[in-house]
Amino acid sequence: MVKRIVVGAHYGLRDWLMQRVTAVVIILFTLCLLAAVAWQPSLDYASWKLIWSNSIARLAGLLAFVGLLLHAWIGVRNVFMDYIKPTGLRLTLQVLVILALLFYGAWSVQILWST
Amino acid sequence: MTAAVKRRPKHLDLAKIRLPMPAFVSILHRFSGVLLFLFIPFILYLFERSLASQSSYADLAGVVGHPLAKLVLFALLWAFLHHLFAGIRYLLLDIHVGTDLGAARAGSGIVLAVSLLLTVILGVKLW
Repeated sequence: MVKRIVVGAHYGLRDWLMQRVTAVVIILFTLCLLAAVAWQPSLDYASWKLIWSNSIARLAGLLAFVGLLLHAWIGVRNVFMDYIKPTGLRLTLQVLVILALLFYGAWSVQILWST
Repeated sequence: MTAAVKRRPKHLDLAKIRLPMPAFVSILHRFSGVLLFLFIPFILYLFERSLASQSSYADLAGVVGHPLAKLVLFALLWAFLHHLFAGIRYLLLDIHVGTDLGAARAGSGIVLAVSLLLTVILGVKLW
């Protein structure tokens, strides 16, 4: 039997939990959005706009999208850690992904509240 | 034992590896996740256009009607569905549902089949 001493600050566990919590948030939001669309008598610009003029829908959308960005970050970071061996290249790519995700987050706020 | 150790391949040949079904669904989960990540800006762009104005909403029919856009949206639909169902399967595995060998094979097969089937059904319905 291998005697294994667990060390570290359990960052892995935190990310494991984060990935699952954000996944559930995204699923619940997707179901709510589908229900809201199905609830409309007809799907056109007016009804689509009406859904997103509701401030609860906007906040729920932002919550789900922030969840998606965190989910994407953990996933992409894991992919980089598995396949990109040179540390400098990996860190550069990770910084670019962080910047891209922050940009997407700001963009989503602009879209949701620009009416 | 030592003979068996010596016969192990020294280099892994990706073309010769036959992945078991759960592993195949797992790598597709990763692939679909990367695909969805790469197309976040495209999806945000479509979302922005859909809300900007009546005319930009109407123009979307032209954008998504383009054969290349259709192909991308079809791929993204599959990626979303596969990622979703494979993800739900992982949540079930977390609570020890479907972890036996038989159940794991069956479960991953169902994820693969249902995602593909739903992609075709929804894809045909939407276009």
